[in-house]
Amino acid sequence: MLLEVENLEVAYGDYQVVWGVSLAVAAGESVALLGPNGSGKSTVVNTISGLLPAKAGDIRFNGVSLVDRPTHARAPLGIAHVLERRRVFPHLTVQQNLFLGAWHSAARAARGETAQRIFGLFPRLLERQNQLARTLSGGEQQMLAIGRGLMALPRLLMVDEPFLGLAPQVAQQLQSVFETLKSEGMAILFIEQNVRLALSMAGRGYILEGGRLAIAGPAATLVDSPEVRRIFLGV
Amino acid sequence: MQGGTASMLEAAKAEHLWPRPPRWAMAIGAAAAALLLAYPFVFTSSFAHHTMILILLYALMAQSWNVVAGFSGQISLGHAIFFGLGAYSSTVLFAKYGVTPWAGLLVGVLLSAAAAVAIGVPTLRLRGHYFAIATLLIGSSVQIVFQRWEWVGAASGLYVPIERTSPWLYLQFHRSKVPYYYLMLAAAALGYLLVWKLRRSRFGFRLQALRDDHDAAASLGIAVARHKVLTFMISGAMMSVAGTFYGQYVLVLDPERLFSAEISILVLLMTVLGGSGTLWGPALGAAVLIPLSEYSRIWLGGTGRTVDLIIYGVLIVLVCMWRPSGLLSVFEERIRRRRTVS
Repeated sequence: MLLEVENLEVAYGDYQVVWGVSLAVAAGESVALLGPNGSGKSTVVNTISGLLPAKAGDIRFNGVSLVDRPTHARAPLGIAHVLERRRVFPHLTVQQNLFLGAWHSAARAARGETAQRIFGLFPRLLERQNQLARTLSGGEQQMLAIGRGLMALPRLLMVDEPFLGLAPQVAQQLQSVFETLKSEGMAILFIEQNVRLALSMAGRGYILEGGRLAIAGPAATLVDSPEVRRIFLGV
Repeated sequence: MQGGTASMLEAAKAEHLWPRPPRWAMAIGAAAAALLLAYPFVFTSSFAHHTMILILLYALMAQSWNVVAGFSGQISLGHAIFFGLGAYSSTVLFAKYGVTPWAGLLVGVLLSAAAAVAIGVPTLRLRGHYFAIATLLIGSSVQIVFQRWEWVGAASGLYVPIERTSPWLYLQFHRSKVPYYYLMLAAAALGYLLVWKLRRSRFGFRLQALRDDHDAAASLGIAVARHKVLTFMISGAMMSVAGTFYGQYVLVLDPERLFSAEISILVLLMTVLGGSGTLWGPALGAAVLIPLSEYSRIWLGGTGRTVDLIIYGVLIVLVCMWRPSGLLSVFEERIRRRRTVS
């Protein structure tokens, strides 16, 4: 397994929000992490990338335990985290944002070539390469945030609600980019509220409810599961 | 399209993440440098020299504050600590052991950098207002220590002993302020050159990233805490240089003044007024506020000090209302507009 999360518990101060969550992503596999608002999806992913400390449990990437590593020492292992709501650096240009993604030495050496590949995936970014990131549209900022994540040459890409607030056309374009990345063998962990959309892209899914793992399984069985419908719709 | 990718590749190889300054900017810079060099001979009054020395001094101090606040996004309200350390280091060494202030300058820089680590390692974990509050309190504590510490003169402070034998060795000029002027000009120029280089370096580039989005920077692999502490050290060292020069200029060290929160806040006001996070904003702020306080002191006598603070307050409110990114942005906007037209 590329990523293994085992009995993860996370708390904000005394307020615990994630209770004993376990999940795994194999190399080259795409997995969806689903759940309604406030179910702990982002908290889990933020703990994997180190933005939040784990209270208990273990996170292993490629067999290496991450829990004692500071945030900045996790990215070079091959984990890219595209944060929720895009979070590009507003006062830097597209090009500068991308270069900041290629920060550790292996990625730095290849960054010109990687940038070229990203411009192939997102031609809009090439047109806008000298523009300040804050002048981009929401969809373009999402492309930039994903592009910046890819600049680190990750083995695992974790994207937090990539389709949030995007025009259907842009969402479709992103979807085809994810298909391309999958076919190139990149492991992807999607966080989504849109169950159908996420399960159409992922092979397997995990569904969180109130910070606990409610149900997990292959995408095909989850799509029509009445249990999933109960969690999301309450019926 | 192809050209775009090729230039991107080239940029990546040459590390030219920032465009070179355009030729007209170089021309303005050269003209300004010439004017600054000629200044003491064009305006010969001692008052004109004094005002300009203070502008240069405060331009350096405000830039030092700008390095921390404008580039790494941490609001420090305790920068007077480093100013005082710089002044005390050179003066204590000279008054007690006869060591040249040039060596004292270096000692001050090292002490200030060490103090920046001691203060920064625990406090730079705090974000936003909490860092500002912590530095404000540490600043007052340091002031109280120096006001009680007998060995360094306690509340009455220290005098720099007068030494007329070798002005350049002892950094004291009693006949004219012109040497002080050129020393301050050189110190400020070096400080601004350093910051210009820093801003264009990969280090400076990462600082701006972590200022804009702390979490995103960390998740890309940037060691946020280390960058902040290092920036605080550089800033403290710059402030300390200004402190040593100030001590040698006024020849009296008063802990009440040197470690005052007023100085910490003044450098903040100048930077915010001129434009924080920009290279020339702090200098512009100093060039506006220093003449204001010097002239108000002349026109209004001893009470001038409070009136200038009232004017500062009004100016800051106006800037916040109309130009939240500082006075410099007025010019920048014009330039940008002209560029897009042509």
